Amino acid sequence: MAVCIAVIAKENYPLYIRSVSPQNELKFHYTVHTSLDVVEEKISAVGKSLGDQREFYLGLLYPTEDYKVYGYVTNSKVKFVIVVDSANTSLRDNEIRSMFRKLHNSFTDVMCNPFHTPGSPIQSKAFDEIVSGMMSQSA
Amino acid sequence: MESLTLSDVEQKYYSDLFVYCDTDNTKKVASYGRVLDLFRAAQLPSEVVIQITELCGATRLGHFGRSQFYIALKLIAIAQSGLPLRVESLNSVKDLPLPRFVVGKNEAETRHVALYQDPDSQGLYPASAAALIPRPPGRGHQNKKVPTSASAHPVHEAVQPTAPSIETQQAEPTSPVVSPHQSPPTSPPSWRKHKRQHSGGNADRQPVVAPAGVVWTQFREKQTAPVAGDGLWASQSPPLPGQESWVSFTADTPPSSTVPGAHPSSVQESTTIRTPMGPAATSTTNEIQRQSSGYDDPWKITDEQRQYYINQFKTIQPDLTGFIPGSAAKEFFTKSKLPILELSHIWELSDFDKDGALTLDEFCAAFHLVVARKNGYDLPEKLPESLMPKLIDLDDSAEVPESTPDVGFSGSPTEVTPNKSPSMPSLTQAWPEMNQSNEDTAIVHPVPIRMTPSKIHMQEMELKRTGSDHNHPTSPILAKPEVSEEVKLSVPATMKFVPANAAGDGYSSSDSFTSDQEPVERQRSQSGASPEALKVVAPPPPPPRPHPSHSRSSSLDMNRNFAAASAPGQPQPAAIAFPPAVPPRPLPTQSSVPHTGQRAEADGATGAGAALTTTSPQQIPQQPNFADFSHFQAFAASEQPSSLPEVDKHSDPGQGDKSSEGAGPLRTVKSDGQADERTPITVNSTKGSSGPLAPPPKPIRRRLKSEDELRPEDEQHVPQKPNIIAAALAAQPSIPRSVGKDKKAIQASIRRNKETNTVLARLNSELQQQLKDLLEERISLEVQLEQLRPFSHL
Repeated sequence: MAVCIAVIAKENYPLYIRSVSPQNELKFHYTVHTSLDVVEEKISAVGKSLGDQREFYLGLLYPTEDYKVYGYVTNSKVKFVIVVDSANTSLRDNEIRSMFRKLHNSFTDVMCNPFHTPGSPIQSKAFDEIVSGMMSQSA
Repeated sequence: MESLTLSDVEQKYYSDLFVYCDTDNTKKVASYGRVLDLFRAAQLPSEVVIQITELCGATRLGHFGRSQFYIALKLIAIAQSGLPLRVESLNSVKDLPLPRFVVGKNEAETRHVALYQDPDSQGLYPASAAALIPRPPGRGHQNKKVPTSASAHPVHEAVQPTAPSIETQQAEPTSPVVSPHQSPPTSPPSWRKHKRQHSGGNADRQPVVAPAGVVWTQFREKQTAPVAGDGLWASQSPPLPGQESWVSFTADTPPSSTVPGAHPSSVQESTTIRTPMGPAATSTTNEIQRQSSGYDDPWKITDEQRQYYINQFKTIQPDLTGFIPGSAAKEFFTKSKLPILELSHIWELSDFDKDGALTLDEFCAAFHLVVARKNGYDLPEKLPESLMPKLIDLDDSAEVPESTPDVGFSGSPTEVTPNKSPSMPSLTQAWPEMNQSNEDTAIVHPVPIRMTPSKIHMQEMELKRTGSDHNHPTSPILAKPEVSEEVKLSVPATMKFVPANAAGDGYSSSDSFTSDQEPVERQRSQSGASPEALKVVAPPPPPPRPHPSHSRSSSLDMNRNFAAASAPGQPQPAAIAFPPAVPPRPLPTQSSVPHTGQRAEADGATGAGAALTTTSPQQIPQQPNFADFSHFQAFAASEQPSSLPEVDKHSDPGQGDKSSEGAGPLRTVKSDGQADERTPITVNSTKGSSGPLAPPPKPIRRRLKSEDELRPEDEQHVPQKPNIIAAALAAQPSIPRSVGKDKKAIQASIRRNKETNTVLARLNSELQQQLKDLLEERISLEVQLEQLRPFSHL
């Protein structure tokens, strides 16, 4: 259902961005970039108390007219951003969460690959497949 | 026809050629036309060819049987080496080089060559461009390009730059010289696999490929040689399509038993990296080529291959059931010179359980894929079934590993367990069932290998939502014996939790759940971290949670211990309820009240006496035995107060009389006092007991009870002090009983004993003081008596 899925590294550069349609790609890139601010804000707000495990799922970062942006951050400050079409109102929070979980899992698998250097763009086919699976639904 | 003895090498070579020529696929007859082409490729004058044909008997037969064919080949070799063609020379000539067939004989062939060359052209161009002159050995693909370019040259002049072709031609003669020493048949089998992938078009390709294939073979050998020698794994993808023809070829190629001579000294470059690997690699690759058996399954690993892989595995990890960490595997496979991207993909395919480490099966699969890739096979999208690692440990081996992309979160508990079976069928469906099952199983924690923080998180969330139900489904799983290291690590941890939490409620289970999660997570991350320093997704915050649960469990255990210990033990309560002397302290304050009520004169002595009395009064309501004590106590108490006023008023003779009479009335008073005192004292004692002294009376009661058990009733008349002391002493024997039970109880009893001792010592001193006073009074009384006596005489 996602229109665009992005994986952003700790240093806030993209490891992986994929959009459904190539035309709007630039727009989505921009959207994801601006959503990083919101992500940072949410991270810094929560992580005050020690031992309080920060929630991974950040929820709706911000909605616009056309789409909604959801965020998810891992323990290692790797961020996942999903942009969803607003018209698609059938998506519930749980589904978004499950999408993030899937992303996280496949991201972990990519990291497990010794041939993959963390911080380098993700070129895993398995990861691509999963992302496509999530995106193709939205057509 | 004379019998023909062929060397092994020759045998292989000839059989390959025969198969190649066997267009009719009858496996017995070589088609005349093809054979002739082949002979022509030998670059012999046609008369020689005809002569050879006659000699081998094909002319007679009209076709080439296998034997004829072999003879013909041998004759060709003889002819090429310049020897006269004679039948006798067939067997007499030793060390005959293999017949050489040069590509580029006819246009048809070259055309075909060009056809299949097109896909290769891209590779060709750069190869040829880069190849340049001295074919660096090991650049097998360049070599192979060379002949094809040479063949194509006549047709497509533009195809190849002339320079390389020249070089090619120059090089060409040299290469065949080198290569034939190696057994050609080894290469064709490798392409057998390829046949599957390039179905159809074989027929067309074959003629084309044939000449190229022949050269191919030779170059292939050369390639393998340098490969072997150098350990270089030059990628050879382009040539592969050309090898197709060899595929059919190899049907009846007797597998060469060994290729010991396969890697002769033709090593042109010193091996740097993989010298040990080199010969092994060659043999391996040869073996692989030879033995990639089964038209049915191109990805099957043969036994020899598997053995080789196992040996290689051992060099990295001696324990066959252990893991190869990701970093070691990375180094190992990087030596194969495949691009990192491909290696990454191979890893993705072969690391089945996604744990960043390779088991033996995974390693074999990965190795096999690498070899295949080096031989030019495209990597599959999914891991072929024959390469799937066997599920070693779990019962879930029954489940066919399917790579479930959705490592079901909801179902994660079960999915977790099998280390090797990453794919459990999506557990989301199974989830609801699990919720209802096993209500009474203890909390167990999924020991997911793939625990990602998200999973934990999710599980935690679900856990909080659904309570202990989550834990139950995991318990049976956890109960299964697991081989995975993480599991092993976590199982002990979780097992600890199990008993502790068995009694726990949902909350405790959730706590243990999370705590289990964390050790598991940590363990998983540790196992992942060691091979993979790269693993960015860190384990969850390692909280000291196990400790609280440990403490909880331990506390539970301790409680149980205590309970257990105390159950058999009345001595324990006795020991616990030990200090008899403690209560007396507060008693004086209380008992002083009745005494002050009773006697106007209340002082420290009274208080002391009252202390004595109060101790006994406490005992009074509880023990009839001590009622007698109270007699004495009351007596003593009454005596003191009475004696005190006497002392005070010693100067008063009336009081002296009183004092003399005091003994009598004292007695009566005592008895009355006893009755009087008893009741108020009992009241007080009850009050006292009801007061803050409530706890102490209980222990005292118990102590008294134990004392009763210990001492018969004839001790009733023992005065209070000895009573107290006796009580203390009596309680002490109970201590040894408890000693054996509980250290803490012992220490507590020791403490109490000490307290008792101090109290008794104090009492002792007080009583001694009283004794002194009494003695003084007595003396004074006697003096008075003496003084009064003379008067009485009057």
